[in-house]
Amino acid sequence: MLQETTFAGKKADKQSISGADLLLKSLEKEKVEVIFGYPGGAVLPIYDKIYDSKIKHILPRHEQGGIHAAEGYARISGKPGVVIATSGPGATNLVTGLADAMMDSLPLVVFTGQVATSVIGSDAFQEADILGITTPITKYNCQVRDIKDIPRIIKEAFYIATTGRPGPVLIDFPKDIATTVVEVNDDPEISLPGYQPTLQPNYLQIRKLTEAISSAKKPLILAGAGILHSKATAELKEYAEQQNIPVVHTLLGLGGFPQDHELFVGFGGMHGCYAANRALYECDLLLNIGARFDDRLTGNLEHFAPNATVAHIDIDPAEIGKNVPTKIPVVADAKEALKQLIAQDGKQPDNKEWLETINSWNKEYPYHYNKEDQENLKPQKVLEMIHEKTKGEAIVVTDVGQHQMWAAQYYPLNKADRWVTSGGLGTMGFGLPASIGAQIAAPDSTVVLVSGDGGFQMCTQELQVIREHNLPIKMVILNNMALGMVRQWQELFYQERYAHSLIPGQPDFVKLADAYGIKGYQINTNEEAENILNEVLHNDEPVVLDFRIDPKELVYPMIAPGKGLHEMEGVKP
Amino acid sequence: MIKRIISLTVLNRPGVLNRITNLFSKRNYNIESISVGLSELEGVSRITCVVQVENESIIEQITKQLNKQIDVLKVVDITDQAIVSRELALIKVPTLPNNRHEIYSLIEPFRASVVDVSKDSVVIQITGESEKIEAFIELVKPFGIKELARTGTTAFPRGMQLQSNSQKISIV
Repeated sequence: MLQETTFAGKKADKQSISGADLLLKSLEKEKVEVIFGYPGGAVLPIYDKIYDSKIKHILPRHEQGGIHAAEGYARISGKPGVVIATSGPGATNLVTGLADAMMDSLPLVVFTGQVATSVIGSDAFQEADILGITTPITKYNCQVRDIKDIPRIIKEAFYIATTGRPGPVLIDFPKDIATTVVEVNDDPEISLPGYQPTLQPNYLQIRKLTEAISSAKKPLILAGAGILHSKATAELKEYAEQQNIPVVHTLLGLGGFPQDHELFVGFGGMHGCYAANRALYECDLLLNIGARFDDRLTGNLEHFAPNATVAHIDIDPAEIGKNVPTKIPVVADAKEALKQLIAQDGKQPDNKEWLETINSWNKEYPYHYNKEDQENLKPQKVLEMIHEKTKGEAIVVTDVGQHQMWAAQYYPLNKADRWVTSGGLGTMGFGLPASIGAQIAAPDSTVVLVSGDGGFQMCTQELQVIREHNLPIKMVILNNMALGMVRQWQELFYQERYAHSLIPGQPDFVKLADAYGIKGYQINTNEEAENILNEVLHNDEPVVLDFRIDPKELVYPMIAPGKGLHEMEGVKP
Repeated sequence: MIKRIISLTVLNRPGVLNRITNLFSKRNYNIESISVGLSELEGVSRITCVVQVENESIIEQITKQLNKQIDVLKVVDITDQAIVSRELALIKVPTLPNNRHEIYSLIEPFRASVVDVSKDSVVIQITGESEKIEAFIELVKPFGIKELARTGTTAFPRGMQLQSNSQKISIV
């Protein structure tokens, strides 16, 4: 807060202050606890103020690591992740993280330095048109042109990032703005006449939906990450139980509904479980809550839920009807809509048979792998062991690829906000830095990073941050000496022509960890896995675990590209 | 393909036009024309986009995506309303002593006007709906068009919306 100065006994809300000071004061006002930032020329004035600030600052070793860490922090804490980077290369290094956060609706407030206003447009040293570059991958972006606007712009940025459908907001901060001193009102009003997210559902739509549910024979809820963003897990459970409707999750929604619940079917999509996909195909009423019908979930749209009346609750009206024609649209916050649905207390649908059928699918077609094979270390087995030893209570952060799908399949979650993964953008390199943010957001939780040998090497430099802050992250590398998912597709669809997916040489991950002062183990057998996991999972030290898994293992079941959800392959051993 | 006219009011902030055009390219929508200018409110601009789309659901997506932009105040697909829509074109036509009269005779029925005359050419200004301008251009084409500049369509709903009003009715 600004200290209040008084003039002749009269309280004043203005005082002389520099742009950089205003920025820091505004962050304090927003109760920012941690900044993921990397200094540089254009942000020197801001860093000079950070030097005196009480806000914790985490220095990643690459800006991309910083923004992915902020994403992990945002996903677990529910608060916006705050990032600072310098102009030019510092700013452009954030691009992947911004696109990732945009796709997965994560609230970020990102500050980039910019060259001084007097030289903007002259191709000055470390100048990049970061507004032009990031317009399509941010929820909003703007440049501070007048120092007096700083408090308002920052207040608006936090408001935009965290309300409605969350997303990244970028503020570009010219260097001279940071050093200018003015008298300014530090308690501005937000002025966003074009931004009013609809939170409350339309009553008539809720009525219509309630009636549709009551008369359905095969109703199904598809619960997306919107459930997590609006903190509606309790309402989802209450509603599903009240109406006795089975629940399928999207990949990003995992944890929104307890997976040990009898109404939980599984997660749907390309590598989801058979029962979930079959239920999506066969249902006669599909209630989508906070999911966006991503192509990895729907498979071929022509065969998606062919017999279903589709209802869709989403805070973003543009998602409704975008991919799947929707009969009952409900624009609302998931929590508010669910509350009203619960209040309707509609007649339970007559779906006993449907529930039995789904159960029978789940019994007949569970996830499977070759448990007989004792020669090779199976990734599924490793994850089952980790699940058992952490009692399913760990925060699981993944990178992108085969290991991500195995983690989704073999680490069932019963609670919300324990799952951090890059869904929409599918960003390799996301996992390691995101686990840093997750551990910072939840210092007392066990954080398990599940990564592949490819993705782990895309942001390896962040190991130093883990060491520096002694973050006890358990880094699991499911190492198959390959870009496994690429290899899998080449095996299945490109006649086993493994173009550049078999990694010819790899660092010694144990020595690599050691170079950063982190303990590392190479694990080749089930027995080693058992012993080492027992030793390391519950201590306060970070650890790198290089599991040498069966390189031939594929992710199954699977829906081949272009196929419908009813055409899953590899559903039985 | 269906042609739709979308009228937007936006906050006149830096980058807002970039945001709109960016959205069209990001989502793979085709803009036929776009015109931007100030509106009756200070700090608010009006943008008129003419788009060609394959079906109704795409136009719904376009308006929703536009609406989602923070700086966008209002988006209306005004195609089916009674609207006033105008476009302006400047056409430079070469003239010879023997065809000047013929060119002038075309101008009158279209309520176009000659805004510049030189020794060997005239510049004709014409305003109206796109179709009228198209028709006029076709008529003067045989004389050879040296230069042509067209604004996009700008439009808004008429003051009175009669029940039976068809979108095609235009009282010029």
